[in-house]
Amino acid sequence: MKAVIVGCGRVGAGLADALDRAGWQVLILDRLSAAFDRLPPTFKGTALRGDGTDEDTLRRAGAEGADLFLALTEGDNRNIMAAQLGIEALGAVKTVAKINDPVRAEAYAHLGIATLCRTNLMTTEVLGYLGQAQPQQPGIYVPEGHHTHAAGTTAAEA
Amino acid sequence: MFVLVVGGGKVGYYLTKELIQSGHEVVLMEKDRARADQIRDEIGSVVMHQDGCEGKYLRQAGANRADIVAAVTGDDEDNLVICQMAKHHFDVPRTIARVNNPKNERLFRHLGVDEIISPTRMILGSIEQDIPVNELLHLAALGVGELEIIEAHIQEGSPGIGRMASTLTMPIGSSLFGLIREGVPMRVGPDTVLAEGDKVIAIGHPDCEADLRRQLIGEHVEA
Repeated sequence: MKAVIVGCGRVGAGLADALDRAGWQVLILDRLSAAFDRLPPTFKGTALRGDGTDEDTLRRAGAEGADLFLALTEGDNRNIMAAQLGIEALGAVKTVAKINDPVRAEAYAHLGIATLCRTNLMTTEVLGYLGQAQPQQPGIYVPEGHHTHAAGTTAAEA
Repeated sequence: MFVLVVGGGKVGYYLTKELIQSGHEVVLMEKDRARADQIRDEIGSVVMHQDGCEGKYLRQAGANRADIVAAVTGDDEDNLVICQMAKHHFDVPRTIARVNNPKNERLFRHLGVDEIISPTRMILGSIEQDIPVNELLHLAALGVGELEIIEAHIQEGSPGIGRMASTLTMPIGSSLFGLIREGVPMRVGPDTVLAEGDKVIAIGHPDCEADLRRQLIGEHVEA
């Protein structure tokens, strides 16, 4: 199984390590090579400095046809764009984008991208810890159906 | 027309000024406070200091009744999100995005952005036209259908010289529609014979480019 991770922050590095240990083929990108210090010395995957929203960079890095594509940078919009590149241009099977703005997180789930919202996750956790009744705010929005354009005929050409 | 401009850099600033002068209703969104204040001092209350990537601010700016949303920030990812939010959340009939990385044009078009303006591509095209190379020149991209207009210079060694247009194996999805011979534009018919020095104008899908190159320019030229 092949995983591409854009953004080597704590979450990206942690998942890269976990998947690597589980026997996945892992490719992780970050714009700063210092970010790779977060990876353990035992990491056997590929760590590459580069812009994960750049199609050329992703292709050169061999990001095509991943089973899993995770967009986990600090920028919501960069993650949205990287995830859509993953789906539309690189044929990723499963894609998750971190979107900390709850409005955008929900909006893009409607467009067919699984979105991970730290704001919702933490709000829910803190309220739960305080024992307060909490409104339903999912931490991961599961997409409804296919990515809007992924089901179309042109997806494979892109 | 009500036009919502997102991004108050040079492009957004001049665009807003021009639109106001032509009598259109305009709102300009700029997320940097200092920049927003600076423009507001000059052109008045149409400037909103908010992030146009956020749904609730787009609503406040009137996106649901906008005829056009123009996303002209300096960041491609922001422009994509602005156009997608406008399109899918507010049913804006026409979205326009500025794209800096020419490679993103295709993705943006594919994801439903109506019009894509790439300054990089335009300047590149202009430079290509000034240099006499035996390359294919990209004259223009045709919006919706992902087609482009290409000019091929038939030079010495081209496999096309002396051949009738009807004997060329044109790649599927492309068509020759004209040529320029010694500065005179001509139609290409089935019995038109290509000659050295011709500039052949073709229209086609970008995927046909390699085939067109082989037919008209030859194998020896690297893409």
